[in-house]
Amino acid sequence: MAAGVAAWLPFARAAAIGWMPVATLPMPVAPAEKSKRQDELIILNVSGRRFQTWKNTLDRYPDTLLGSSEKEFFYNEETKEYFFDRDPDLFRSVLNFYRTGKLHYPRYECISSYDEELAFFGIIPEIIGDCCYEEYKDRKRENAERLMDDQEDNKDAKLPNMTFRETMWRAFENPHTSTMALVFYYVTGFFIAISVITNVVETVPCGSSPNQKDVPCGERYTVAFFCMDTACVMIFTVEYLMRLFAAPSRYRFMRSVMSIIDVVAILPYYIGLVMTDNEDVSGAFVTLRVFRVFRIFKFSRHSQGLRILGYTLKSCASELGFLLFSLTMAIIIFATVMFYAEKGSTSSKFTSIPASFWYTIVTMTTLGYGDMVPKTIAGKIFGSICSLSGVLVIALPVPVIVSNFSRIYHQNQRADKRRAQKMQKARLARIRLSKKGSCTAYLHSKRNGLLNEVLELTGSTEDEQHLNKSTSLLANQHHHLLHCLEKTTNHEFVDEQYYQQSYLETALQNYPSRSPSLSSHEGMTGTCCTRPSKKHRHTPLPNSSTTTHMKPLAHSHQGGLQELSTIHIQPLSSSRCSLNLCVDEAMALNCQSGQITTAIITMPTPPLTTPEADAPLPAGHAHQQNVVKVSAL
Amino acid sequence: MMTAFWETEGLQTLGIVVLVFASIKLLHLMGLISFSEDSVEDELELSAVRHRPEGLEQLEAQTRFSRKELQILYRGFKNECPSGVVNEETFKEIYSQFFPQGDASTYAHFLFNAFDTDHNGSVSFEDFVMGLSILLRGTVQEKLNWAFNLYDINKDGYITKEEMLDIMKAIYDMMGKCTYPMLKEETPRQHVEVFFQKMDKNKDGVVTIDEFIDCCQNDENIMRSMHLFESVL
Repeated sequence: MAAGVAAWLPFARAAAIGWMPVATLPMPVAPAEKSKRQDELIILNVSGRRFQTWKNTLDRYPDTLLGSSEKEFFYNEETKEYFFDRDPDLFRSVLNFYRTGKLHYPRYECISSYDEELAFFGIIPEIIGDCCYEEYKDRKRENAERLMDDQEDNKDAKLPNMTFRETMWRAFENPHTSTMALVFYYVTGFFIAISVITNVVETVPCGSSPNQKDVPCGERYTVAFFCMDTACVMIFTVEYLMRLFAAPSRYRFMRSVMSIIDVVAILPYYIGLVMTDNEDVSGAFVTLRVFRVFRIFKFSRHSQGLRILGYTLKSCASELGFLLFSLTMAIIIFATVMFYAEKGSTSSKFTSIPASFWYTIVTMTTLGYGDMVPKTIAGKIFGSICSLSGVLVIALPVPVIVSNFSRIYHQNQRADKRRAQKMQKARLARIRLSKKGSCTAYLHSKRNGLLNEVLELTGSTEDEQHLNKSTSLLANQHHHLLHCLEKTTNHEFVDEQYYQQSYLETALQNYPSRSPSLSSHEGMTGTCCTRPSKKHRHTPLPNSSTTTHMKPLAHSHQGGLQELSTIHIQPLSSSRCSLNLCVDEAMALNCQSGQITTAIITMPTPPLTTPEADAPLPAGHAHQQNVVKVSAL
Repeated sequence: MMTAFWETEGLQTLGIVVLVFASIKLLHLMGLISFSEDSVEDELELSAVRHRPEGLEQLEAQTRFSRKELQILYRGFKNECPSGVVNEETFKEIYSQFFPQGDASTYAHFLFNAFDTDHNGSVSFEDFVMGLSILLRGTVQEKLNWAFNLYDINKDGYITKEEMLDIMKAIYDMMGKCTYPMLKEETPRQHVEVFFQKMDKNKDGVVTIDEFIDCCQNDENIMRSMHLFESVL
């Protein structure tokens, strides 16, 4: 329960009076308040700075250091205060947590010192409020990465029993791991450079004979260039095949961007080998050579910055898309306007709207080649408007892209969306956990409370103390409140698993026809009669065939809850003779209506002495889901 | 001829200028439209609602709480609601925290109406403390009165079956889904039937305050449960 509203618990309990006239069952007894203490001020001396607060404030969270009896270890008898030798600045946040129920993370504090303080005071960091949680998680992750980076440098020791394949893959991915890998890295880099330079130099004219026009070097030294090309492509092919062999998941490797670039880089050569003699497609072959320039992208394996650039462009896709869209809109508008403005003038270059596109683009990007110039006044006016608006439109999305790049560069390629998704999931998980926490706390205490009662009756006191975990008065009161609600509605809280199972059962079963009235009647009166000798009650009953689909252990876990809860009803109902009669009457009534609970109870005698309710029970256990209406009429 | 040329030129210019500015204005308008949707400033009006309760002596006189108890109550109240009043949303939130498995908002709504005796949409500390005084320190008669007031949603002095059904559904909603035995659709209705059978003596379909108080005083369980929370504070 969020103890921030602990102060309102008295109100909620008082408001429970609204349920009383509606309830048909008697209410459980309220938890006794041991001593009506007046609220007292506690002094907490943290390294000299004195904090004072009410004792009740600290008692809100009984599972932390300050809320439990653990703080007694720090009590100083002479000065009558609790002394902690910790950081007083950080203690402020801790104390504020008790006061307001929300834990905040101060941004100027070091994350590891904050974590240590929280650990010391027994507060889990997951309850940091939403306002500070993202900051906290970011800082924590940065810290963890820094530690990891430091560790990775030391982690070059080869893991034992790595296969040759794994070694090769590791060598490919981290060239610093071994000398061979480094050599390979530099050799491939060298050959990529050679290949790119070759492609470039191929087209440079090294004209020699004056009568001919300049011949590009490629055609002059065909053989040399061909050899160079072949060598490079061979190296690249070998490299690609080796990477393919070493990759742990070949399919994934083949789909990755880098391998596609590799393939595209070497493919033109092979296609060229195949198609050299065909004249018709040689034109296409020449075009294919363009793809050789993709070899330059192979450098991105060698350069981190290039990868980040590519990643930035990918992540700024929306800004780039916006830029493109707005540019297109503006181009169309201005091209139309210019076309119609220049229509009147003679010998105008603006022959059609698509022809005006070129003018508009050149003007908007402030290039201004000057091959198309407006001549009319209207054209000049609109031309100037066009160039002014071009500057604005292009300048707008650029800072966004720039800031994106710098952010990603500094954070070293953390995917933004991945982080947001994980945080969203984590946040939902936290909320669910805290909600579940309070529910399970109640169910746990119910089980423990029932065991307590049973143990009381059987008279084993040592185990009772075992079970008396420190549930605070507040928690007791809250549980009592929930208990009253159960009594009012005559339904019980159960946990999710149990509910699912019972739902399945009702889905599978029709109404029972195994002489339910008899057995139920017997069950209820049986327990009533043998109440004093609960210890020895043993009413084994036949298995239900339909419950075989449940795993016995899980079932026994729920079964523990089930039978103990039915036991619970007994003490209340059988403590008054008149009510006993009422129960029987009601049973008779209900028999006619055809809806009966057959609560078949098997009592585990040996495991009673173990404190856990999860003791394996004899598997002879069945129950059918029908509503019992025990009215106190 | 030059003038004619300039004339046509001028007219063309004018026409085109008008067209362009109209389209720019249209863009501006569209820009303005998207702008105004995002204006958050209207919503940021500072909630100047602050309420200070009456003095401690007056409250001490009006309720049955001692000075110390009022102090404790006010401290808790002010902690959750620094502005001094609880509105219905906050009320529902606070109450829902006690019943994590179900949905307590409907019942909280009825409860809010029961506490908000002057029906001004907010519960001040005085309302809160008056209500609590009745619930914790009042006579059985007063408590039953309060409960009747809670059930009587339209405050006309009669509890009809529909009103009771609403209340019952609200209570069952607080249990949530995961209950044993499983909650069925007609469970609240049946409970209402039981209630009316017990309370409605003259079988006229409504329960008046006298029938209610009469019947409750004759019921041992209810009488005992009325004293259950007396030691709460």
